[in-house]
Amino acid sequence: MRWIWIDKFVEFESGRRAVSLKNVTLAEEHLHDHFPGFPVMPECLMIEAMAQTAGILVGQAKKFREKVILAKIKKAAFFDYVKPGDTIELEANIESIAQEAASTSGKITCSDKLIAEIDLMFSHIDQNLAGKEFPEENFVFGTGTSVFESLIRDALSESGQKTEANQ
Amino acid sequence: MAMSRDEIFTQVQEVLVDALGVDDDEVTTDATLMGDLGAESIDFLDIVFRLEKAFGIKIPREELFPAESLMNNSEYVHNGKLTEKGMAELREKMPHTNLTSFENDPDINKLGDLFTVNAIINYVEGKLNAA
Repeated sequence: MRWIWIDKFVEFESGRRAVSLKNVTLAEEHLHDHFPGFPVMPECLMIEAMAQTAGILVGQAKKFREKVILAKIKKAAFFDYVKPGDTIELEANIESIAQEAASTSGKITCSDKLIAEIDLMFSHIDQNLAGKEFPEENFVFGTGTSVFESLIRDALSESGQKTEANQ
Repeated sequence: MAMSRDEIFTQVQEVLVDALGVDDDEVTTDATLMGDLGAESIDFLDIVFRLEKAFGIKIPREELFPAESLMNNSEYVHNGKLTEKGMAELREKMPHTNLTSFENDPDINKLGDLFTVNAIINYVEGKLNAA
């Protein structure tokens, strides 16, 4: 089973940008402890949601062939709380992508209010780490890829139609 | 218009402050990226991406930081030291870096010391002049 921390993609432009949604609910147990009587989404889990949004964007750009690993949090700034019942929108943009790595910038909003700015770097680990060997199997996008593909399918086909309509 | 060395330094300094989370007064021309500024391998890619944006140039990673690929080639490294062949390769690939003190003791653990702020400035300057 893969731990998917976003609910759906609403926009997906291959190799450029993606927008996903995450619904926050009081059924998430950690919110009862974070904090008792004052449930707010932990900021580290906002970074996780952005890492998944941007990571899938980066993975799809190379047709899910690379093992894409979160390598660096370049920036994470938070401006407001996210509470149960909120839907947050995560927008990720690819700033640079090379054979070995990619860097992304992103922002999280809730009803058009800025919640966070999160810039990340991902490593394509087979192209890095000085010839260290990793398992053949793609443990990032291998067996779980069907889940990721279903997540982006609708958004990809809609974005595709938009591009065609613009041409 | 060509950029002066000072202008290049200011931009490089800004890139390193953002990429490595260091203070601008730490980024002196002779500071080493790994030793003095605490850069790790993924930071080198971050720096490459940021330099490309800041100066509008294209940087093949092995061109700016070639020692990484040298270190993994058994032809170039023997018993933790760079071989003659490796040294020749390094000289060819890092023309913008002063290798004199490294040549006396080519311990590969000291390769990191070759990546100085000055080496980046030299590289960018060469790249901008060539454009």
